Amino acid sequence: MSDCFWAEPWAGRALLLPLDDVDTDQIIPARYLKGTARDGLGVHLFADWHHGPDGAPRSDFALADVAPGAARILVAGRNFGCGSSREHAPWALADFGLRAIVARSFADIFRGNALKNGLLPIGLDAEPWTVLVRRLTLEPELELEVDLASQVIRFGSRRAAFPIDPFARQCLLEGVDELGFLLSREPEIAEYERAHLTSGDGG
Amino acid sequence: MPADRARRPRTLLGKIWDQHLVTAETPATPAVLYVDLHLVHEVTSPQAFTALEARGLRVRRPDRTIATADHSVPTAPGTHSRALPIADPAAALQVERLEANCRRHGVPLYGRGDDRQGIVHVIAPELGATQPGMTVVCGDSHTSTHGALGALGFGIGTSEVGHVLATQCLLQRRPRSMEVQIEGAIGPGVTAKDVILAVVARLGVGGGAGHVFEYRGSAVRAMAVEQRLTLCNMSIEAGARAGLVAPDDVTFQFLAGKPATPRGRAWDDAVARWSRLPSDADAEFDRSVTLSVDDLRPMITFGMTPAMAIPIDRPVPLPAAAATVEERRALAQAVAYMAIEPGKPLLGQPVNVVFLGSCTNSRLSDLRAAAALMGGRRVAPNVRMVVVPGSQQVKRDAEAEGLHEIFLRAGAEWREPGCSMCIAMNGDELAPGQYAVSTSNRNFEGRQGRGGRTFLASPVTAAAAAVAGCLTDPRGYLGATR
Ligand code: SF4
Repeated sequence: MSDCFWAEPWAGRALLLPLDDVDTDQIIPARYLKGTARDGLGVHLFADWHHGPDGAPRSDFALADVAPGAARILVAGRNFGCGSSREHAPWALADFGLRAIVARSFADIFRGNALKNGLLPIGLDAEPWTVLVRRLTLEPELELEVDLASQVIRFGSRRAAFPIDPFARQCLLEGVDELGFLLSREPEIAEYERAHLTSGDGG
Repeated sequence: MPADRARRPRTLLGKIWDQHLVTAETPATPAVLYVDLHLVHEVTSPQAFTALEARGLRVRRPDRTIATADHSVPTAPGTHSRALPIADPAAALQVERLEANCRRHGVPLYGRGDDRQGIVHVIAPELGATQPGMTVVCGDSHTSTHGALGALGFGIGTSEVGHVLATQCLLQRRPRSMEVQIEGAIGPGVTAKDVILAVVARLGVGGGAGHVFEYRGSAVRAMAVEQRLTLCNMSIEAGARAGLVAPDDVTFQFLAGKPATPRGRAWDDAVARWSRLPSDADAEFDRSVTLSVDDLRPMITFGMTPAMAIPIDRPVPLPAAAATVEERRALAQAVAYMAIEPGKPLLGQPVNVVFLGSCTNSRLSDLRAAAALMGGRRVAPNVRMVVVPGSQQVKRDAEAEGLHEIFLRAGAEWREPGCSMCIAMNGDELAPGQYAVSTSNRNFEGRQGRGGRTFLASPVTAAAAAVAGCLTDPRGYLGATR
């Protein structure tokens, strides 16, 4: 992201989906993966939890009546984003207006994909997570403040720290472009190839 | 202290990692890791090519890139020919885009009409493109499959596909290592699929997060490469980025003479190099688990994660007996979605569809195992059985030994290679409410079609279910006269 969105703390409403093991097939079902562009996927976010197999809306789904852009944060349980590596999952979440996912933990590939799309994975320990979920259950309008520079979120009088890879943090805060970073390593890459790939085999 | 590091005992993961460092990681920046082999398919690559071209970049190493069309291609008999347009316009466009991108960038494409086309994780080992000690990546989480040959294979997102296309490198932190020690000998009717389902059930879907597995132990050594591919394939279902098996003579025999492997002197050199890859005897792993498989029974999943797996004759767990609130809720959701009765085994549960295919279980030995059980028997009248070989090569080999005739005579469908009902993108899918026994790797809600209900199992268990019309212990069919 090249904007300065992350430079200052920001606040937003949160959607509560405190389930474990939400896989990327649920976030965006495979039939929406046939496109060749990355935008416009927000309307298909959690498509099969919004609508049953018969196409009828499922009113029991926690996010049933939530419009895109209504919230900037999603609160989920453990191992969020497991399964398929499809980057369509963070594309859909971001296209829906989300900028952060608060969860107990994240699947590895999803975490990386999210960070590359300006979607911050915030992993919380059990205690603050439980407090947050309880607060949001009682008070769905509660706003969360996300402070990436200090690596904390704040809600009500609470403050909870979260870990983030220093490089990922720097990329968001300073708008560092990972591909640009890699391209700037061209001399080292060329040198590596000269030294290691003489026989054209597996390194 | 590089000298110190060289002397320190290293794991297979550590050796491969060190060999691919373009620049080492620091607290502030990840490592720049060189990629030996980049596999590309139609679903996760178009946006990466678009991003590449938007910056005026070219594919840096087309000679280290291989593409295929597998996820959205049709598998109905005869549809492999390019003469026949793909009926679904979106899928047709995606495949066309892949073809155009590969043409423009000189990337070899084993696509429609090519006699080496197939599921990306089936064809690369088959071509000998995956070799011990390599780093292999693909915009696909089951890239873990390639670890069966002693290569570090892991899935990446589309942004990273773009990074690799442009630079042949990735920014990565070194994952932790986890030894998965599998000891003992599996009995008849029990397969590598049952072993990996037991591993996933034991560790949970997130249990391997942040780690690369190394499968070790007597049971792994006894497996052929195709079984090791099944094992490593599902590492991601336990949350691990990759799974590895140290290369040995079984690996070398598998690779010898494959189209992309070296010949003559170069082969001998390669084997010598590969033989140095196994973890040093005193190498330390960050974590370790041990599993005995002497008494392992055929496994089946009952819920919507691959970790919800049980021996086929054991009762489905009771939600009320779960240890935690979360677990209780997940179990309750699972039995509700699957419409099954907890506290009882699944034996006798009627099924509508049996799917034999996917990068987990669509290789020749999988088809042989299923055919051996099905020969002379018929698919039950209430069951549709869909057999989708993993590649054109597997299809040819299977047809050469008449396996297709066994399936066809039994009343099963014999289709063209592709991902098919594993991901249900190409129209091969379950109807809402249908039950499937599937040899694939994911039983997520709706994965095989909206409202579909999936039981993951081995090819042997799947074949037995096809014949019986319901879930059954395949061991009852072994060696029985028919
Ligand atoms: S067969 Fe299934 S799991 Fe394997 S690559 Fe295809 S869609 Fe993915």
